[in-house]
Amino acid sequence: MHHHPPEHPGRGYVGESAPRNEDRRLLTGNALFVDDVQLEGMLHVAFKRSDHAHATILGIDTSAALARPGVVAVLTAEDLGDYWQPGPLLVPPPPVQGLVFNQATQVPLAKGKVRHAGEPVVMIIAESRYIAEDALDDVWVDYEPLEPVVDLEAALAPDAPLIHEQLGTNLAAFVPQTHGDYEAAVKDAHVVVSRRFHYDRGASAAMENRCVVANWNARAEELTVWDTTQAPIPIRNGLARMLGLLESQVRVVAPFVGGGFGPKIMMFYPEEVLVPWVAMRLGRPVKWAEDRQENFYATTQERGQVHDAEMAVDADGRIIGVRDRFLHDTGAYDPYGLTVPINSQCTLLGPYDVPHYDSEFRAVFTNRTTVTPVRGAGRQHGVFVMERLLDLAARELGMDRVEIRRRNYIGAEDFPHQWRILFQDFSPLYYDSGNYLPTLEKALEMVDYAGFAEEQRRAREQGRRIGVGVVSYVEGTGIGPYEGARVTIEPSGRVRVATGLGTQGQGHYTVFAQVVAEILDVDVAQVNVVTGDTREFGWGTGTFASRGAVVAGSACHAAATAVRAKVLATAARVLGIPEDEVEIVSGRVQPRGQPERAITLAALSGMANPLRGAVVPGTEPGLEATAYFGPEKGSTASGVHAIVVEVDPETAMVKVLRYIVVHDCGRLINPVIVEGQVQGGVAHGIGNAFYEKLHFDEGGQLQNASFMDYLLPTALDVPRVEMAHRETPAPENPLGLKGVGEAGCIPTGAAFAQAIEDALPEYGLDITEIPLSPNRLFELLESARAASAPEPAPAVP
Amino acid sequence: MQVELTVNGATHTVEVEPRMSLLDCLRDKLALNGAHAGCEHGVCGACTVLMDGQAVRSCLILAAQADGAEITTVEGLAPDGARMHVLQEAFRDAHGLQCGFCTPGILMTMVPFLAENPSPDEDAIREALSGNLCRCTGYENIVRSVRLAAERMATARADG
Repeated sequence: MHHHPPEHPGRGYVGESAPRNEDRRLLTGNALFVDDVQLEGMLHVAFKRSDHAHATILGIDTSAALARPGVVAVLTAEDLGDYWQPGPLLVPPPPVQGLVFNQATQVPLAKGKVRHAGEPVVMIIAESRYIAEDALDDVWVDYEPLEPVVDLEAALAPDAPLIHEQLGTNLAAFVPQTHGDYEAAVKDAHVVVSRRFHYDRGASAAMENRCVVANWNARAEELTVWDTTQAPIPIRNGLARMLGLLESQVRVVAPFVGGGFGPKIMMFYPEEVLVPWVAMRLGRPVKWAEDRQENFYATTQERGQVHDAEMAVDADGRIIGVRDRFLHDTGAYDPYGLTVPINSQCTLLGPYDVPHYDSEFRAVFTNRTTVTPVRGAGRQHGVFVMERLLDLAARELGMDRVEIRRRNYIGAEDFPHQWRILFQDFSPLYYDSGNYLPTLEKALEMVDYAGFAEEQRRAREQGRRIGVGVVSYVEGTGIGPYEGARVTIEPSGRVRVATGLGTQGQGHYTVFAQVVAEILDVDVAQVNVVTGDTREFGWGTGTFASRGAVVAGSACHAAATAVRAKVLATAARVLGIPEDEVEIVSGRVQPRGQPERAITLAALSGMANPLRGAVVPGTEPGLEATAYFGPEKGSTASGVHAIVVEVDPETAMVKVLRYIVVHDCGRLINPVIVEGQVQGGVAHGIGNAFYEKLHFDEGGQLQNASFMDYLLPTALDVPRVEMAHRETPAPENPLGLKGVGEAGCIPTGAAFAQAIEDALPEYGLDITEIPLSPNRLFELLESARAASAPEPAPAVP
Repeated sequence: MQVELTVNGATHTVEVEPRMSLLDCLRDKLALNGAHAGCEHGVCGACTVLMDGQAVRSCLILAAQADGAEITTVEGLAPDGARMHVLQEAFRDAHGLQCGFCTPGILMTMVPFLAENPSPDEDAIREALSGNLCRCTGYENIVRSVRLAAERMATARADG
C-alpha cells in the first residue's frame, strides 16, 4: 500500500505523534496573523452596517463623515460604479431532477435596501481605526423599515414580504431526492414514528475575527492581499477577475489563521471585495479588521432547519424507510448554493441501510445573516433527525436503542456502498469503506453499556440522575476536486513543501512534513511546509469538508514519491550503478549496504542543478516535483459517540460526566493531532447542544451578539474525551486517509438528547430540538410535570 | 499624551491618544503582536499580558493607565530566543495549541497562576483557565500542558 513502510519508529513519520513544526512560532508570539500586518501609511476601515433586518434605504448623507479630520474617503454603493456587482455563486446546484434554485448572492454595499442587520451600507476609510469608527456616527442613513421575514414557514406564505423582489418568492431552493418507494413500502410498517425537529443557529466563533489587508505596488503593478481565508487561491483568482488583473499580478496570503470552522471559506465577503479595490484607488495600503460584534452579524452562520420526519420500521426494528420534509434557513443570500442542506439530506442516512428514502427540502431566504457551512456543515441536523427517529422507534417497539442500531447497520461486506441520491460533490452518495459494528461494540465496552443500568440505579439511590446516550454517524470527507503540492530538496538538504491550502490550526506544517519525510527518509523537522501563499503555490481550492489531510496530503505523497524517483535516478547516474541498487538512508543516498560511498541529499541536489556542462536530454533540473491529487470519490469516515450526563431535574443543569468517541478516519498520520481535532470538535458540539444559540427576535435582531451573552464552552464545561481509533483504510487514496476535522461535533446533539431522556425516564421527555439550554430544558421539564404530574423522585437523605 | 512603559525589560516613551487601549499600544506602537484582539470586551482573554506581574486584559486597560508599569508580553517569556519558557515547551510537547490565536493569552494567564500554585490539581487548572476561551482544542491538552509544565518546574526546583 505504501511506497515506503514506516521502518524507523521514533522518527515522527506517518502514524507517529510528531511534535508540530509550527508551534514555536505560535508560542513565542512570532507567527504572523493578518491583523499583525503593519505597513507604512496604512489606512483603516470601518463599516456602517444596517441597524435594520429589512428596510428600504431612502437616502444616505455622508458629508459630516467626510468633513471629519483624518477621514480619507467615504463610499456608498453608488460610489462603486461598475465594480458594484453581486458576488459569484460559489457552488452551483447539483443536477437533481425537479430541483429549483433561485440565486441571490451578497452585494459589496447595500443598494436600495438592506436584507439583514449588520449588512454593510457605507465604507469609511481613515488614518486610524479610531477615527474611522468615530465617523460611523457622522453618517446618516434614512431607512423605511419593512416587515422582517424571520420565521421559516411564514417566509413561504403567499403574502409574505419579499426579500429579493426580483425572484417573486422567498424560496431559495427546492430539492427532492428519493430512492425506493416510501409511499408503497410504508404500508408494510409495523411501527411508524414521526416528529417535528428543530435545529437552530449558532456562531462559528473562531477566536480570530476576519481581517483583510491590501497593498497595491504601482511600480511593480502587483497587488498583495493578506486575508483570513480558508481558500487563498480562489480568492486570488476572483480578485484578479474583478480587478482586471492577471492572476500573476495578485498575491493572496493566508498566513496563520486563527480558526476557520467554515465561514472563512465563504467568498467573497463584501470586505474582501472592497478593501483591495480601495487600496488600488487610493494608492495606499488599507486594513479592515472585524471586531467581535461585527463577527456576530457579518460573518456567516449555520444550523437553522425544521424537519418533519417519519420513520417506518418492521416488527424486528429493521428500517423500512424514512420520509423527511425540511425547511432550511439560508439567510439573506445564498452564495454557497445547496451544500449545507444537501449534506443534511445525505448524511441523515448515516451508517444505516435505508431501503426507501423520500426527502424534500425547501431552502428559504430570511432577514438574517447569510448561512454557509460551519464545522459539520449540515450533517448535524441530518444525524439528529435520524438518531432521534431510531430512539423513538426503539421506544415504540420496546427494543433496546443500541440493538435497533445494530440491526440496521450496513454490513462490513456491503462496501463500497452506492446510494442513488446526489451528494455535495454532485456525484451519487458513495461510502468507500467502513466497518460499523466493531466501532459500536468498542464504544459500548468503553462506556460499560451493559453495566450502566446498575450504575444508574445506584446513582438514583444517591439522588443523582444519570443517563447514557449512544449514537452513530458517518461523514463524507476528502472530496475533490483536487489539491496539489510541490516538493523540493534544496541545496542545503532541507526539504521544502508548498501547497495551496490555507491552514487554521490543523497542523498542516507537520502532517504534510511527516508524509514527505517518510518517503524521502529525512527528519520531519527538516521539512519546511508553506501553505496559503499563492506565490508559493497557485493551484488548489481550499480547506473545507474535512479534506486537507486527505487531498493535499495525498498530493504531497505523490510529489514526494516523484522526487524520490529523481533522487534515485540522479544517484544512480552519479554513483554509476543501477537505480535498484541505490538506497536512501537518513538524508543520504548510497549503493545498498555501502555507507562509505554515501552522498548527502544536499550534495545530490547541487549535482542535479549543474551550472556548466551538458546534461542528458530530457533532464529536469533539481530534485523537485509537483503533483496533484484529485479523488474521483471521497472517503467516508464514521464513528460512535457515547455520552454520560448527570441532570438535576430541579435546576435543569446538565453535567457531562463522560464522553467517549470511537471513530474511524482510516489511517492516522499523527494520532495526537487527530485526537486534538476530535476533542475540539466535541467541545464545539457540546457548545452547539447546550450553550450556544443565536437569539434572533421576531424583528430579526440578534439579541446576544457578544461573548458576554453568547456562551462558548469553557475549560469547566468540556470533559476529557475518551477515544479509541479504528483504522479502516480508505481505498481511494494512497495513504488510506479519511478526514477528521469536523467529526467531533456532528453527533453531539443527538447523543446529548438521548442521554437526557435516559436520565429522566419518568418525565417521558421527547427532545426534538437543539440547542437545548438549561432554560429550555427547564421549560420542557415543567410542561412534562404539568402534563403527567409524575411522582416526585424519592428524596434520599 | 506621553506614557512610559517598561515592556519585556525595555523602557519606551510612547505618544498615545488618551483613549488608546494598552493592547493597541503594544501592537500598533511597539510592534509586539503576540497579544491578540479576540473580543475587545474582556471575555476571551486572547489579549492577556502581565502588568506589574498580574495577568490583565490589555483590551480593557488604557495605555495611559499603564503609565510607569512593567509589562510582560508573550514575546518576553523566552527573551533569548534560543530556548522557550518551560510553559511554552510543555504546550508544544502536549499539543496544547491548534490555531494558536488564543495561546499567548493563555500562557500569560498561566505564568502567574503557576507561580502562585506550583502544584495545581486538574480542577484548579480548569478553574484558572475558565476565563480564556479556545475554540480549537476543547481545552484537554491545554490542561495537560499546564500540568506538564508544573511537573517540570517542580523537578527543576528539586534539582536546583
